Amino acid sequence: MLTADLLTDAVVAGVLLGGFYAAVAIGLAIIFGQLDIVNIAHPAFIIVGAYTAFILNSKFGLDPVLIGVLAAPIFFLVGAVIYRIYYAAFERTGQESLSGLAFFFGVMFIIEVVLILVYGVDYRLVSAGYIGKSWTLGLVNLPLRLLVPFVVSAALTAAVYAYLSRTFMGRAIQAVAQDRLALQLMGANPISVKQWAFALGMATAAIAGSLLIIIGPVEPSVGRQYIGRAFAIVVLGGMGSIPGMFIAALILGVVESLVTTFWGPSWAPAVAFGFLLLTLAFRPSGLLGR
Amino acid sequence: MKTSTFWVVVCAIFIGGLVLTELVSNEYYFTALYVILQATIMAIAWNILGGFTGYVNFGSAAFFAVGAYTSIALSKSLGLPLPVLIAAAAVICGLIGLGVGYLTLRLKGVYFAIATLAMAIVLETLVNNWAYAGGARGAYILTPENHLWFKSYIQMIFMVMLLLTLVAVAISRKLNSSRLGRGLAAIRDDEVAAECAGVPTLRLKLISTTLMGALMGVAGAPYPFFVTFVDPASAFNLFIAVNAIAMPMIGGTAHWIGPVIGALLVGSMQEIITVNVSSELNILFVGIMLVLFITLAPQGIVGLWQKYRRRSAS
Repeated sequence: MLTADLLTDAVVAGVLLGGFYAAVAIGLAIIFGQLDIVNIAHPAFIIVGAYTAFILNSKFGLDPVLIGVLAAPIFFLVGAVIYRIYYAAFERTGQESLSGLAFFFGVMFIIEVVLILVYGVDYRLVSAGYIGKSWTLGLVNLPLRLLVPFVVSAALTAAVYAYLSRTFMGRAIQAVAQDRLALQLMGANPISVKQWAFALGMATAAIAGSLLIIIGPVEPSVGRQYIGRAFAIVVLGGMGSIPGMFIAALILGVVESLVTTFWGPSWAPAVAFGFLLLTLAFRPSGLLGR
Repeated sequence: MKTSTFWVVVCAIFIGGLVLTELVSNEYYFTALYVILQATIMAIAWNILGGFTGYVNFGSAAFFAVGAYTSIALSKSLGLPLPVLIAAAAVICGLIGLGVGYLTLRLKGVYFAIATLAMAIVLETLVNNWAYAGGARGAYILTPENHLWFKSYIQMIFMVMLLLTLVAVAISRKLNSSRLGRGLAAIRDDEVAAECAGVPTLRLKLISTTLMGALMGVAGAPYPFFVTFVDPASAFNLFIAVNAIAMPMIGGTAHWIGPVIGALLVGSMQEIITVNVSSELNILFVGIMLVLFITLAPQGIVGLWQKYRRRSAS
């Protein structure tokens, strides 16, 4: 039945969900959009972030969002190391298109299997005061387990946007995305700039992971569903444009939520990929493409 | 390898397979060999696009599953025999390969890789919602009573797979040394330069995706008769895609023998680990081998061997 209630609820849930998708996609908007590194293991790192939140939350009772922020520096360091390996093995030899992709695919697979071996395929969740509660504004119902990720994700997006456009390092990252050779001629080292940017993108995975596990229970293979979503959002947003990425995330969230409400949840996974295929076929430069 | 030697070896392997079905009656060996042969066809198929042309593709599992489901749908509705099902799967998967290639190959290779991943999920969703072929619950297939002169059905389907594998190897070998294969290699090395030199890059890439899709479909078509129960989760399993990438990468992607070596080696190791240790560790093993080979020996086993020969020659 198509009722106004159902429709508003679906749209609101979609906007909140889309906001969370922005946190998933923002790391890729930097790593894939700006640096052209096809890190398909990014969602797997988000799952690692979610498991970090689960472990620390169940052991020490810390708030998941706090854990995400605390884990971000560690993810940053791991990202720096991974970029070094990637650079030494593929980028330096010009092999990144074929081998680099397969490398990240292998990394993603290893992460997933290790998580399954250690924690099994059971769904894991976190506990926090706000999970399960909801606010009601007039007709609209706002579940806090969606609202908190939305707010954190919007703040993260704004912070990354400000960082990229206001600070020296942020502008250097945008410069390396535009013209690597020119940056080199200015006396800057593109490798260290890219390493910094890759690490930054990885750090966002820690926060996205903690948000993911607030929204719902997580098991190791959930990450795969986010590969398509994250890449669809980055491509639709226009490869590396942060505002475009946020708009694309909201659009995808709303469409997915409407499809889930009116056709059933079994069709939802196809939405992101349908978006991606259509974008690639008809407007490969995305919404706010450069 | 000379052409005459190659065909002698192919015939010898086929006759060897026939002899094996006469001598060995333990069904486990045929099951294990079937799995290895299936992986070999998929590794060869992946390598035509991934190795010869240099376009990475994550949708192997999707083509494989479409092959399997083509066979389920056609045998349920029309009761067609296996050879027809295999041909139908080849045609349908070839057309899907052509379609996806047409949509995305004009863009950078990266988009093609992600689009194939996208295609896998879209197709899985479609099959999940396709009640006639069992939907998410899966479909049962009865193995036919008739198994020619073989002692059991598994022996016959093993021989079918062996024949298909030999055909795939022959196609891949022919392609590697043909004019078409040299065009593909030119695309892999430098697409812009190839285009400037008059290589019809888009057409060659489309031929290559079509051939890849068709071979993947061929690998998938007999699968329902092999396992007798197919559900979307197992047919679209990510492990299939990982195997199809890992095997050529480990064997070596530039030469036709690479994926065959990789598949035989990794496939047999997998069987040994699955039986003796555990199936989860087996999956981990493939992932680690893949990453190690890509980072440390990007030319694979064939490349290592060539390096060794060059060093001992000088």
